[in-house]
Amino acid sequence: MTLLGTACLLTALLAAIYAVGASLYGARSGDRRWIDSGRRAVFAMAATLTLAVVIIEIAFVSDDFGFELVQAHSSTTTPTFYKLTAMWSSQAGSLLLWAWVLSLASSAAIYLTQNRHKEIVPYATAVLMGLGAFFTGLMIFAASPFHALSPAPAEGLGLTPLLRHPSMMVHPPMLYSGYVMWSIPFAFAIGALITRRVDASWIRSTRRFALIAWTFLGIGLLLGSRWSYTELGWGGYWAWDPVENAALMPFLAGTAFLHSVMVQEKRGMLKVWNVSLIVGTFSLCLLGTFLVRSGVLQSIHAFGASTVGAPLLVLIGVVLLGSTLLIVSRLDDLRSERRIESMISREAIFLINNLLLVGMVAVIFWGTFFPLISEAFTGTRSSLASPWFDRYVTPIAIVLVLFTGIGPLVAWGRFGAAAARRVLIWPTAAAAIAFAALLVLSDAGSHPWALAMFSLAAFALTALAQEFWRAGSARRTLTGEPTPVALAKGIARNRRRYGGYLVHAGIAVLLIGIAASSSFQTNRDLRLDVGQSADVGNYNVTYDRPTVNVANERIAFGAVLNVTHDGKPYAVVSPSRNYYPSQDPTLGPIGRFFNGDATSEVGLKSGGGQDFWTAFQPDLKGLEGPIKRANKKFADSGPDVQGLLIAAIAQSYLNNPPPATFRVIVDPLISWLYIGGLIAVGGALIGLWPSAAARRRVTAASAARIARGLSRA
Amino acid sequence: MELILALILLLVVAAFVMAPLRHRPEPADPGQARDSALAELEAQKEAKYREIRDTELDRATGKLSDDEFGRQDAELRNDALEILDQIDRTRKRDDAGEPH
Repeated sequence: MTLLGTACLLTALLAAIYAVGASLYGARSGDRRWIDSGRRAVFAMAATLTLAVVIIEIAFVSDDFGFELVQAHSSTTTPTFYKLTAMWSSQAGSLLLWAWVLSLASSAAIYLTQNRHKEIVPYATAVLMGLGAFFTGLMIFAASPFHALSPAPAEGLGLTPLLRHPSMMVHPPMLYSGYVMWSIPFAFAIGALITRRVDASWIRSTRRFALIAWTFLGIGLLLGSRWSYTELGWGGYWAWDPVENAALMPFLAGTAFLHSVMVQEKRGMLKVWNVSLIVGTFSLCLLGTFLVRSGVLQSIHAFGASTVGAPLLVLIGVVLLGSTLLIVSRLDDLRSERRIESMISREAIFLINNLLLVGMVAVIFWGTFFPLISEAFTGTRSSLASPWFDRYVTPIAIVLVLFTGIGPLVAWGRFGAAAARRVLIWPTAAAAIAFAALLVLSDAGSHPWALAMFSLAAFALTALAQEFWRAGSARRTLTGEPTPVALAKGIARNRRRYGGYLVHAGIAVLLIGIAASSSFQTNRDLRLDVGQSADVGNYNVTYDRPTVNVANERIAFGAVLNVTHDGKPYAVVSPSRNYYPSQDPTLGPIGRFFNGDATSEVGLKSGGGQDFWTAFQPDLKGLEGPIKRANKKFADSGPDVQGLLIAAIAQSYLNNPPPATFRVIVDPLISWLYIGGLIAVGGALIGLWPSAAARRRVTAASAARIARGLSRA
Repeated sequence: MELILALILLLVVAAFVMAPLRHRPEPADPGQARDSALAELEAQKEAKYREIRDTELDRATGKLSDDEFGRQDAELRNDALEILDQIDRTRKRDDAGEPH
């Protein structure tokens, strides 16, 4: 089936190239037939890439090791869920995912705008399919997922152990969908610039795609951080790793874009800023894709050095240079229709919020690329560690949380002093009370950044609660409905506004979780014998007993820990260290099962107040002797005998267990990071849901078309 | 077998993509042009209505004084009327059979 798969890629490439040519020719000549043909080519590309994905998935599920991709990333013992999602754990497979999602998103955008933007859409199609041709071409010429192995090996190498985590299987599609979805507003912006139709209509038509992109990127970041927290065994959720940063930067730039487009929609301002911001956001998405694939910066998340880095760099250059020239050539058309009337207005607040977000992106960009910058100037590659990022990002994040509260309180246009007093009094009081209470009742005073974050988050959350309350009260006054009904109906009528407010609330909660867990974390590295205890903060940990679990794919050495809190039983946690077999024959037929890649399964007791987190490192030196002897004596034995030996050696660990090393972390309020993330995603979904008016509009347009068709018949 | 399937795939895609080119070029469909213009104007109208509702909500939630609300509301309603006029003109032009 590798030949058919390659044919799918070739057909998709031809369709994409054709779509570019047909759309541009149709737009220039005014011949709709070519534009329609170009549109069909987009759908054809989506269909052929879907077929390519189906072929790959069938190969994974049926253990067809004639596919090099399947042989390198799966095995007969890999669980089916991981087989289904193993495609994107490789360079070639993830490129196929990129191109496939792009083709689906492009098809959706072109279908949904079929009766609008007749001038813009052909150019947007050409941009999208230019990108489609690029990524499909990369697969065909640099990293094909359809390389064949002949003869097909009997067994595969299996999935990288670190990726055997449910969130890591969902995380890449979310992240790529986020990256790819930003291409839709980018392409429409380019189309609007080319046709000089730079009013807000392209923004209105692509707003949902931008919000979907933001939501996917956000979910991807959350899942990635959860994976890091529960799988990597170092106890953190964010390490300022280059690839993590590469995903965070477009998220922040996209957040700025989602706010600034509202200023263009409402006030006809910031047109140059908006097109520049979407170009920047999309370029950062491409940069993220480049960083994972180029090997220029070291990252645990990267695929390593490859041949696709250089073409990606060229693409980023073309996007940036071409877009900049286009924007400069359209500056006359991009002039603002109005000016900011007052610095205390929503448009002014959005502008400040944009500057903060872009400032944060600039800081992260500098820190991420500092190794390359330092090497260029000094010849030595120096990296900036987490404290550097924390020093500069934390103050900006604190000011941003203030603006998540202020933004919703302030009206467009002019905002009077009396209104300011009315809306600011409760949030300011809440911030002051939170500040005083934390100062008196906790040791927050020794962590001034955290104290500022909690106080300003109290301001933001009270401001947002007040907004919901006032919305419900205003509607109740008008309609006489009970407050909960009035509030629900008020939200339903203004989904975009109140969905956005919920996102703000989620972000404030998320930042509380980050501030608390990073400022008030307690951690200890312990070395305990069985039966021995140690204190960690108000907790006491006892190493109750070791465990061993020999399964098809791995050997798990674990520990059972009894935990008490203030003297009362709190939890029983079972961290473990999983060893996956190595393919290195020098380790011996038995030794390779104990010396391959290892992953941590953390022992975690989550709660609203704090998380109790443990990781375990067994001391396997005692097994080295038996393993060496078994390697020599049973090298030629069959797999059944070797399997029995492996189990016996592993079980021998229980006979005389050596002291084990534990990392124990007490993380206050860390669950609120994820609860805040979920609230934000919920808010985004509310904002995405079409209003009743939009649904009626679709129905009316369809009815008009049907009526016209009937009158002609 | 795979080669045959690949060729069939290529032919099916080519036939699907090229289908619009088999027809003769049609003169611009006035109905389609009108639909497109009207759809755009309708979107503008909805956006303007949303702005009016937003401004009303801002006043109801205490963010806008009556004076400021009056100024913004009048401006937005003028804009909305202009869009409604454009919608009417587009519909009338089409009814009268004028070229677009």
